[in-house]
Amino acid sequence: MTLFGTRVPMMASLLFWLLVWEIVGRLDVMFLIPPFTSIVSAGFELVQTGSWQSASMITLRSFLYGMTLAITVGVPLGVLMGRFKVIDNIFGLWVNMFVSAPLSALVPILMILFGMGETTVVVTVFLFAVWIIVLDARAGVMQVPTSLIEMGRSYGASRWTIFTKIILLSALPEILAGIRIGLIRGVKGVVIGQILVSIIGYGELFELYSRSFDMERFWALTMLLFAAAMLLSAGVEHFEKRIEYYAGAR
Amino acid sequence: MANPALARSGSVTSAASNDAVVQVREICKNYGDVEALRGINLEFERGKLTTLLGPSGCGKTTLLKIIAGLVPATSGEICVNGHAVTGPGPERAFVFQDFALMPWATVLRNVGFGLELKRVPAAERDRTARRYIEQVGLAGFEQKYPHELSGGMRQRVGIARAFAVNADVLLLDEPFSAVDEQNRRKFQEDLLRLVELEKKTFIFVTHSIEEAVYVSDRIVLLSPRPGRVSQVIDPMIDRSASPDDIRRDAGYLDVVEEIWQGLRQYAE
Repeated sequence: MTLFGTRVPMMASLLFWLLVWEIVGRLDVMFLIPPFTSIVSAGFELVQTGSWQSASMITLRSFLYGMTLAITVGVPLGVLMGRFKVIDNIFGLWVNMFVSAPLSALVPILMILFGMGETTVVVTVFLFAVWIIVLDARAGVMQVPTSLIEMGRSYGASRWTIFTKIILLSALPEILAGIRIGLIRGVKGVVIGQILVSIIGYGELFELYSRSFDMERFWALTMLLFAAAMLLSAGVEHFEKRIEYYAGAR
Repeated sequence: MANPALARSGSVTSAASNDAVVQVREICKNYGDVEALRGINLEFERGKLTTLLGPSGCGKTTLLKIIAGLVPATSGEICVNGHAVTGPGPERAFVFQDFALMPWATVLRNVGFGLELKRVPAAERDRTARRYIEQVGLAGFEQKYPHELSGGMRQRVGIARAFAVNADVLLLDEPFSAVDEQNRRKFQEDLLRLVELEKKTFIFVTHSIEEAVYVSDRIVLLSPRPGRVSQVIDPMIDRSASPDDIRRDAGYLDVVEEIWQGLRQYAE
């Protein structure tokens, strides 16, 4: 971006708004907005506390379990739906319904089913992430060019070889795109699940800080989460680009 | 119509030789209520290039895919080397209109893919693949990916893959239709060189009359709805002349004109 003929560096807008935040914070307009610098120092203190570290471990564990489940269920289900009309007819409606449903509303029901613990959070992560993974894997498998499959057949490939060597590899970019969006949705799932359950992990910390009006720590925790989600997304995107390189000519 | 460069036979069966590699007998194909092919009888001779030519919708690609075993015929029989075939087989190799290359695989792996499926050891597979990559003029591009190549180069990969499996019969489905005009001419010349070199049977589908006359030993004209054999033409072009001379040759131009007169009734 250029302004009045001079190049404005990329992070300028972020720095500008942080400056505004700092000024508003110093002016003591609202207790909700403490100065940014004190949030940062609260953040440094926070990451050293045992409560944050154990909360992070719990959060990470729930996230990993939920995501592993979502990927191991979502990718095969999507691939099967893309290959077999019957399976597509059975699950298609449900997947499409759930992918756009406000799943947060289901969490209280999950709490009744799975208790006020980690299981509920794991199931929430799973439910947030799995549908888009299913849909993208299905789309990837369905758009494998017919001629590629005919090519496999004409050179003597068995059905299984065509499936493993052509269909899966051809669908890989879409499958990975689904997993990336699934991971981002999973982060939302873990936070929303923990906040609603509110006695474990970050949910407990958020509850604690907002009740005791500890806004520095509240914001520090929020920003750490934002940064983690962005880093995760960037990491998968980087990996995805390397794969897409091969699929660039489709 | 006394044209020395034009020998015609009313039906192929009368012109059948004993050296037919592929025999097509009474092939019919229906898609639901639509009759795509009706009673096709053809023989394809060893070492010759036969073109299936006709307007779109005449079922020429369908016939080629039936011969390849990719599409089942409604009735009739295909014999290759005297054996009736029901599916794809190693004695036939297919070149696709849209190249059908695996975008995640290098040129070398794509060319060697037919051999990989036949479980040929990697070293031998690479050696064969490299030989054919060189033969189609892609030496130096072995480690490139399909999207790094132009359309013409991609089809060269497709052709090298078909040659690498050493099939008796090569089936080419409008292989040059996605290639620009300059490259297409170069391609046709290269194809003639490969026909000469490899002594295989080529069955070639195209909708370009000039292309058909330029490359073919025999042209089968198909008429549309339902697809039937309407005419068989042997263009008898003297291929020893230079490509440019052939394209200006009176005999060549007469055959092109003859086919055009036969096909013009189907043009809208």
